[in-house]
Amino acid sequence: MTTTAVETVTLTIDGKTIQSPKGTLLIEAARKAGIEIPAFCYYEGYSLQAACRMCLVEVEKAPKLQVGCTLPVAEGMIVHTDSPQVQKARKGTLEFLLTNHPLDCPVCDKGGECELQDMVFRYGAGESRFTEMKLHIDEQQWSPVVFYDAPRCILCYRCIRVCDEGMGVGALGLGNRGASAVILPNKVTGDNQHYLSCDECGACIDICPVGALTSGIYRYQTRPWEMNHVGTICTHCSNGCKTTLGVRNGRIIRGNNRDHSGINGEFLCIKGRYAFDFVEHPERLQSPLKRVGDRFEEIPWSEAIETVAARFSEVKAAGGKFGVIGSNRTTNEENYYLQKFARQGLGTSNIDHQRTGDLTTLLDALQGRGGALATVADVYHAKAVLIVGSDLSQQHPLLAFQARAGVRHHDTRVYTVTPGPVREDKYSARGVIAQPGGEIAALEGLREDLAKEPELVILFGDAIRGDAVRALVRFADSLSIPVKYVCLLDYANSRGAVDMGLTPDLGPGYHPVDRPGLTLDQMLKASDLDVLWIVGANPLRNRALAGENTFVVVQDLFLTETARRADIVLPAASAYEKNGTLTNVCGEVQRVTQAAKVMGTKPDLEIFGLIAREMKINVGIWQWQKMFEEIRKTVRGYNVPLPVVATGGAAQTNPVNGRVPSLIRPEEIRSAGDTLFTSGTTGRYSNVLNAVLESPGRLYSGK
Amino acid sequence: MTFSPELETKFAKMLQSYPPGRERSAVVPMLIYAQDETGYVTDELVEEVARRCGVTSLQVHEVVGYYSMLYRKPRGKYHVQVCTNISCLLVGGEELYHHAEKKLGIGNKQVTADGLFSLEEVECMGACSWAPAIEINYDFHHAVTPEKFDALIDALQKKHS
Ligand code: SF4
Ligand code: SF4
Ligand code: SF4
Ligand code: FES
Repeated sequence: MTTTAVETVTLTIDGKTIQSPKGTLLIEAARKAGIEIPAFCYYEGYSLQAACRMCLVEVEKAPKLQVGCTLPVAEGMIVHTDSPQVQKARKGTLEFLLTNHPLDCPVCDKGGECELQDMVFRYGAGESRFTEMKLHIDEQQWSPVVFYDAPRCILCYRCIRVCDEGMGVGALGLGNRGASAVILPNKVTGDNQHYLSCDECGACIDICPVGALTSGIYRYQTRPWEMNHVGTICTHCSNGCKTTLGVRNGRIIRGNNRDHSGINGEFLCIKGRYAFDFVEHPERLQSPLKRVGDRFEEIPWSEAIETVAARFSEVKAAGGKFGVIGSNRTTNEENYYLQKFARQGLGTSNIDHQRTGDLTTLLDALQGRGGALATVADVYHAKAVLIVGSDLSQQHPLLAFQARAGVRHHDTRVYTVTPGPVREDKYSARGVIAQPGGEIAALEGLREDLAKEPELVILFGDAIRGDAVRALVRFADSLSIPVKYVCLLDYANSRGAVDMGLTPDLGPGYHPVDRPGLTLDQMLKASDLDVLWIVGANPLRNRALAGENTFVVVQDLFLTETARRADIVLPAASAYEKNGTLTNVCGEVQRVTQAAKVMGTKPDLEIFGLIAREMKINVGIWQWQKMFEEIRKTVRGYNVPLPVVATGGAAQTNPVNGRVPSLIRPEEIRSAGDTLFTSGTTGRYSNVLNAVLESPGRLYSGK
Repeated sequence: MTFSPELETKFAKMLQSYPPGRERSAVVPMLIYAQDETGYVTDELVEEVARRCGVTSLQVHEVVGYYSMLYRKPRGKYHVQVCTNISCLLVGGEELYHHAEKKLGIGNKQVTADGLFSLEEVECMGACSWAPAIEINYDFHHAVTPEKFDALIDALQKKHS
């Protein structure tokens, strides 16, 4: 490997001698030396704009003040960031920015965490010389999510750039000019009823330094300092974005990640940023239900637990037949506990969950290779990325964002093999259209290009399963370049479900079990099941249960199609209402922290524990920390460093490679095909996801 | 949407005159010429120009908003522009503009009821040597006095009565 030595230059900033790699922007060099050059339009990771003039500095021998955000450092440069001239320039800039600003801070969402307020407080003049009438423009609502209040806008172009470059959407632009310049959404109408057609991600709102862009979900809800902030993991797709929930009086009222913590930096899609509203949907179950004839009756928790435990014990004693279906969304601790309960407590191997990607075959096919699974960061850093059979921007928004950022920052080459047009076509090096089943053959068309790449990360969807996974790995091997993989899965803990052994043939850590049990489909088709216990899943949404006399217990948030078939329904807490860990699509373990509490519900782990206690069987203490400890000690690959997880970091697991004798039935593997605007059951109960114009979205439309 | 055969020929030639991949350079001239046929920049025209130049309609809207000579509302058959910038102002441009308002009975960027005239107060048109200057559609008129202005307007009015 050759490394070109980076030339460094020596310069002086405010009397401090510093060394910096040649080409570094002055604003960055100063920041590293602990000197703040104030800025509005400069934003790390996006193109340079030099629009706001807040970063003016004095450079000796230069005839006038220089723009610190676009000026590369040079040898011998002497910079003053706080001279009287600079101070005066900042005051002037701020005075101009406030010319038409309404100064309605008392009612502005941003008040208290506004960059303009902070700048004026620190660098501004105490008074304005303007006595002219302020130009007023009425506020506009562009979508259920995005509102624009033009007079507050300081025209920093951050929103335009984050949407265009970050999201790859390009839904925002600049209208008019001079004092009447405004931000425009992409649907401009002659009658001024402009609106947005976009991802509705809210990235533009969060990146706005002022209160010009506000969200329909959060606006006028609170003062920012009245919230508690809970860092946790998004409960929707499998990408595992860190989200910071703003909580007031036990209600979640905001989601964002402005502190850039976590694997996603500040990225979130509409689901992570706004679709927490299912938590308080009016149809949320808040009491256990018992079937009486063809209707449900509310019963107390004690009665519900007793009924379930009594039936379980009875069937167990009689040597009856159990079936257990686990969830793609419950925590690792809950999944681990559930499989232990099934296998040790009930003595059954009939345990499964809706598998959404063929991870087990991948792990088996990777025999003899370590470190062949990519992290979320790898998708960004990779020199080349190959996407097979997935509309990544719709189904895996963070991974798509990572690939886009790679293209922007270091020319990552993106290749796609998809059944239709995808957003990646806009910047991909090459794209091939292939119908499901034809992907592997279509790959041959890319062979020549791929073989020239120094390395590759392959992301593949559910169409690649069974033998196709092995064929994909063989193809990648034949390229003779380093390759890492991501097997794309649907939901927040789809990965943790397989890792924790919610499968009939493999226990935690992919240990084969002695007597494999029934798969999900087989359980639904079995007419002789005595008990079917379904946790956080809705398999009966479009299928029927064969067992007419099967006693069905369902734990869920809502009265789903599956819950309607239950004999006992137990109202569960969502991931935003519990503690534990989740494993994302890349096998990274992260901590979820309880943000809200919904009266009458219980976390699934507690429900399991209470049933076990009532049955007088010992499955373990139903505390997430105890279970996580057990997982770290016993589940292969999960011996992750505790401090990383405890401090909100992501720790990559290191599962087996090879020797996974899975009896996988490829036909049972299917992704739900969620888009940006759907998310299984929780998505159906999110008002914001259903309210946006773009909902429910469509895969492979290239948008 | 389609334009007159002459304009279509012009556009075809225009798109050829930029390097490949730079078709977006044609956005401004295309809008200017097309607006003469359509009267103003309609939503439909924006979509059409975007399609022909390979940009998003939002990008075309950004251009339309930037240039004051692209109009989002119908103008009169005769669009009267009066300069009140410095050179014209010094020799009566502002008075001329106020006179024009009275004569036509409309204000800045308004259209007469019969749709014949529209008025606009504009910045420098590059005719400082012959100030005060006005422009009616594409015709310049130099050293315009209120009397000369009335004569011009009356003549046009007569042509259409
Ligand atoms: S919500 Fe997201 S996609 Fe829509 S305009 Fe804002 S940044 Fe762009
Ligand atoms: S809306 Fe906000 S982010 Fe966009 S230009 Fe205005 S101030 Fe900047
Ligand atoms: S990309 Fe996935 S994990 Fe991230 S915010 Fe969206 S739904 Fe949540
Ligand atoms: S930060 Fe430099 S001009 Fe805006």
